[in-house]
Amino acid sequence: MELAVSLPLLLGLAWLLPLVSFALIVALGPRMGRGGRGAGFLASGAIIASLVLSLAALALWLTNHPIPPPHHGEHETAAHAAAAPVDEAAEPPLPAPASAAAPLAGDWYTVCEFGSLRLSIGYYIDALTVAMFVMVTLIASCIHVYSFGYMHEELHDVHDAAVLVDGRPLRRRGRFHRFYQYLSLFSFSMLGLVVAGNVFMVFVFWELVGICSYLLIGFYIERPSASRAGNKAFIVNRVGDFGMLIGLMALWGSLGTFAFGDRADAAGQIQPGIFSQVRSQDSHYSLVVPTGMVRFAARDEIETIYRTAANQAAAEAEVAAMLPRWRELGYGHGLLVIAGLGIFCGCVGKSAQFPLHVWLPDAMEGPTPVSALIHAATMVAAGVYLVGRLYPVFTPDVMLVIAYVGCITLFIAATIAITATDIKRVLAYSTVSQLGYMMLALGVGGWLAGLYHLFTHAFFKSLLFLGSGSVIHATGTNEMPEMGGLAKKMPWTAWTMLAGCLAISGAGVPLLIGLSGYYSKDSILAQVFSFKVHHSFHGWIFYAAAAGGAAITAFYMFRLWYMTFAGKPRDEHIFEHAHESPRTMVVPLVILAFFAVTVAWQVPFTNISLSGLLEQARPVGTATGSSGLSMLAVTMPAETESHATEIHVPVSLTAFIAALIGFALATACYGLRTLDPAEASREFPHVYRFLRNKWWFDELYQRLFIGPTLRIADWIADLDKRGIDRAIDGLARAARMVSGLDDWIDRWLVDGLVNRLAAWFYDAGLWLRRFQTGNLRQYVMFIVVGTVGLFVLVSLYWNYTVAG
Amino acid sequence: MTIDLLTQPVGVSHYLVVGAVLFVSGAVAMATKRNAIGVLMGIELVLNGANLNFVAFGSSYLRGGSQGGVGLDGQLIAMFVIVLAAAEAAVALAIALNFYNNHATVDVDQGDELKG
Repeated sequence: MELAVSLPLLLGLAWLLPLVSFALIVALGPRMGRGGRGAGFLASGAIIASLVLSLAALALWLTNHPIPPPHHGEHETAAHAAAAPVDEAAEPPLPAPASAAAPLAGDWYTVCEFGSLRLSIGYYIDALTVAMFVMVTLIASCIHVYSFGYMHEELHDVHDAAVLVDGRPLRRRGRFHRFYQYLSLFSFSMLGLVVAGNVFMVFVFWELVGICSYLLIGFYIERPSASRAGNKAFIVNRVGDFGMLIGLMALWGSLGTFAFGDRADAAGQIQPGIFSQVRSQDSHYSLVVPTGMVRFAARDEIETIYRTAANQAAAEAEVAAMLPRWRELGYGHGLLVIAGLGIFCGCVGKSAQFPLHVWLPDAMEGPTPVSALIHAATMVAAGVYLVGRLYPVFTPDVMLVIAYVGCITLFIAATIAITATDIKRVLAYSTVSQLGYMMLALGVGGWLAGLYHLFTHAFFKSLLFLGSGSVIHATGTNEMPEMGGLAKKMPWTAWTMLAGCLAISGAGVPLLIGLSGYYSKDSILAQVFSFKVHHSFHGWIFYAAAAGGAAITAFYMFRLWYMTFAGKPRDEHIFEHAHESPRTMVVPLVILAFFAVTVAWQVPFTNISLSGLLEQARPVGTATGSSGLSMLAVTMPAETESHATEIHVPVSLTAFIAALIGFALATACYGLRTLDPAEASREFPHVYRFLRNKWWFDELYQRLFIGPTLRIADWIADLDKRGIDRAIDGLARAARMVSGLDDWIDRWLVDGLVNRLAAWFYDAGLWLRRFQTGNLRQYVMFIVVGTVGLFVLVSLYWNYTVAG
Repeated sequence: MTIDLLTQPVGVSHYLVVGAVLFVSGAVAMATKRNAIGVLMGIELVLNGANLNFVAFGSSYLRGGSQGGVGLDGQLIAMFVIVLAAAEAAVALAIALNFYNNHATVDVDQGDELKG
């Protein structure tokens, strides 16, 4: 079958299967098997079928677009890295845009069309889409299976000890089916976001992902902390989405299209999508202010031209002649920056970047599989994915903002993770920090590096979360100080989690081989390093933060591992009751551990590798560095530059040494206990308190936003109660009085008259009743007497003269 | 006045007297008889008393013929009354039978179902 037909079909099916499962569970719900068990099978079956379809799509993609051998320095060997600059020089300077791996864009269904506003369900499929599909469905499948073990309590009535009703644990019905229902919706939303072919669809699924995370974070809705966390996640995301809406308006208002890719309309003409407007063939795929934005910014001038010109054609010609000049003057540049910043704002909310990172740690209130899903495959991945997807739109200035936001985020979150004692919170801040890495990489021109880390991180972070879920399941507590020595009790969990810790720390033999995190983190650092060549000031900050972050990452991850699994048990009671988790939970752990180790490796005897696959999806025109359209004179280095030996080697060594330092420190403090971490916290009480309270962000926001908002709300509530309510009460009282008067009139005048009359007639009837005795002879008497009476009257009063 | 009637040739007035006597006898019979059949007989008497008046007034012979008559109207109405009386007697007898069925007597005083 033609690739352009089969791929959308496969991915469309893979996308819709979870929706079918969701709809069925909504309809049948608890009636599916005992306690809704069938819902779990249905949802898992749907997502595994999606995985199979995605894998088929991947195979199809790879057979049609074979990955070329890694000719410019993959990280596999130092020899390759050394050869990189030579190959680079041999390549033609311009990218080959009409490459075989051109994305497939099109529409499945047009929802509506109002003039130029066209809303459609479309697809934009390139290697990134296919890879995301495989990653999301794979991780979601593991989580679905894992949840069978983790959520089995929900099959029966649940006693939730975290909520007390009249001093006793809350008793409620199990919600097994509801959990899977939300999981299905979540998978569907994320896949829809990935496959989306236009910005409108992206926004719809963006919000769907948001609502799903809200529903799942607040899964234990009776716990106040859970419902608060759900609200927080949703509201904080709302702040980001506001910016995103502005960005989308800027894009649509000036470009007149939502679509990413080009589209042939009914007349057969090519309607350029967003990407080809921003980076058109005429400008050799480098970023220019698109004509639509220039015209939008110069609309006053265009109006003047139209007013003075002889006819429309002449005016249009004059406008066309003026366009280059306007573009030179910077018309529409601001619009492009606003569009970029706005969209990034949405991504800041969704991917929990500073300053909107506060929701993610609270999102730990949800069940652990949900945390894994949110942190690895769906919610937070959405923001990074969107930055990667709309990468061609961002100007260098916007990229610098992205880089700074990522840099600040990675550093803040990493430092907070050091002092957290809740096992899930450590992982949560670790996620925030790693997302900061991704944003930093994207912001310094490392499109591949950022998305590469997105993929590797997805695997090891879902592994770590599921592992922590296994620990929580066994011990019944989240607090690491109550654990310890669990490796003996739950070896599978311990060793798979160790693999995850090594992967996230970027363990490996420098320049030779390593776990997945080694490759992605190295490529990020290398990109930052090559950025430093152009901008030493920004570059040094980024590099220091990234390298320091790598050390801190290794430190807090091994701190987590040592505190949980190594040493002596700190709480005998909990230790006694701990046990290895059931097979449904261990198998996904092993699968994810396998991928966490190997996902960045080249498949043996082929050219297939994750980085090669992603490289196919690189937006046209972003392979080379760029410096155009920057108000701050920012130059983005080409990503290939980072493969050069003089960059690659020192960076690899730095990353390795940084990770080693973190690892050594963690081992000293928590593994061998030669250093006492408590002493450090006593020595620097202010630093400890500062980190322990998460840089006071929650308190700051409480003071800055939440407090004033509540106060204003109080005022308005007061105004409502005292002013408006009282006025309305008065009106109501007046109305009551008037109606009371009406009531009196009605009752005494109208009703009284009618009732009196009726009473009279009733009395008359009662009186007359006495004459109807039923006695025939009496009736005859009445007739006779009446007749006689009539005759008497007639004879007395009849006027004979009239009768004639 | 009585003497006048006795001495004069038979005219309308004589018939009227007979009719009145019949009517009053009938009315009295209706009022006094407790037997339903007796009441019916009273009704027949009343009707026939009235009929006699119609016939007398409608007869041109009795009215002397010279003053012009009222045609055959009186006679026709009398015929109608006879037919009506027959129909009424049939219905009334049916009622009487029914009455007997329900009360095992034809004493009209025994029935007061029509009491209001």
